[in-house]
Amino acid sequence: MKKIEILAICTHEGILQTINRLINNNELWNSTGAIDINEAKELADTKDFDLILIGSGLTAAEEQELESILAAHKNIPVVKHYGGGSGLLFGEIYQALSGR
Amino acid sequence: MENFIIHKAATRGMADHGWLKSAHSFSFGSYYNADRMNFGVLRVLNDDTVDGGRGFGDHPHDNMEIISIPLEGDLVHKDSMGNEAIIRKGEIQAMSAGTGIYHSEFNKDGSAPVKFLQIWLYPNKRNVTPRYDQVKIDTTEKNVFHQVLSPNANDAGVWIHQNAWFNMGKFDAGAETTYQLNDKKNGVYAFILSGNVTINGQALEPRDGMGIVADTLTVKADTEAEILLMEVPMEL
Repeated sequence: MKKIEILAICTHEGILQTINRLINNNELWNSTGAIDINEAKELADTKDFDLILIGSGLTAAEEQELESILAAHKNIPVVKHYGGGSGLLFGEIYQALSGR
Repeated sequence: MENFIIHKAATRGMADHGWLKSAHSFSFGSYYNADRMNFGVLRVLNDDTVDGGRGFGDHPHDNMEIISIPLEGDLVHKDSMGNEAIIRKGEIQAMSAGTGIYHSEFNKDGSAPVKFLQIWLYPNKRNVTPRYDQVKIDTTEKNVFHQVLSPNANDAGVWIHQNAWFNMGKFDAGAETTYQLNDKKNGVYAFILSGNVTINGQALEPRDGMGIVADTLTVKADTEAEILLMEVPMEL
């Protein structure tokens, strides 16, 4: 069964690792982490994602640029992640995937 | 116009991790209910009981205003900003996670459980500089609400990055009071810590929650009661 591919972006390396670990605990999901907007754009160009999670550390302009590129041009749901790999993560993903 | 929703205590998401028992008013962790995601910017209301000597080890957060209110017992707090503190009943703790923090919260007592509320609000601005605050709250005067949180650094209680106000109060049976919103665009989530209470005609029991959008709340204690009111913006 094809896994749900999730691109998680967060400039805080420790939090990014936590987000990846929590997402990958779900056997139906696979998380790829990007530490900044440039890595996120490169990954989005080379791999198909089902969902984008924008974590902390990007500027408002970078968040807007990512949303614009990924949501508008690739029709990928973009979710602003709050809490840093916390108890909110699964709810955010379920909610975003149910709205696809 | 008045809109309200009642979350009865028994309908909360119950989690039992052995050392931690938590009742989630809103979706959290493995508890997911699409109809229980938030009340305005109030995203988490966890009613936690932690066994003696146990706690939450070092873990990260970002972009969330995190408030802890001990109800029984003491918590030992440490964080990546260098703060080390004990939070006791009668105090309130606020953290702005902002760009990212690590923290731990442990039960100070080796044997007796600690009970506390963990409340998370979406911030009104992402990626703020992380900060920590802790103050004593005085709710000894009965039959009135006491402000314990606001958006203003110079106001009573802790302050956070959100247009929110929290009030707590202890009431004698039969006491009645009103609560006027600080911002008419906000809503109020009332959480009954103990006793039976009627708010705008709706009967509530211990650990029930009621989200309400109204200009004024009329609060009547049907028995001796303790109440937490969380006034929050309804839009992120």
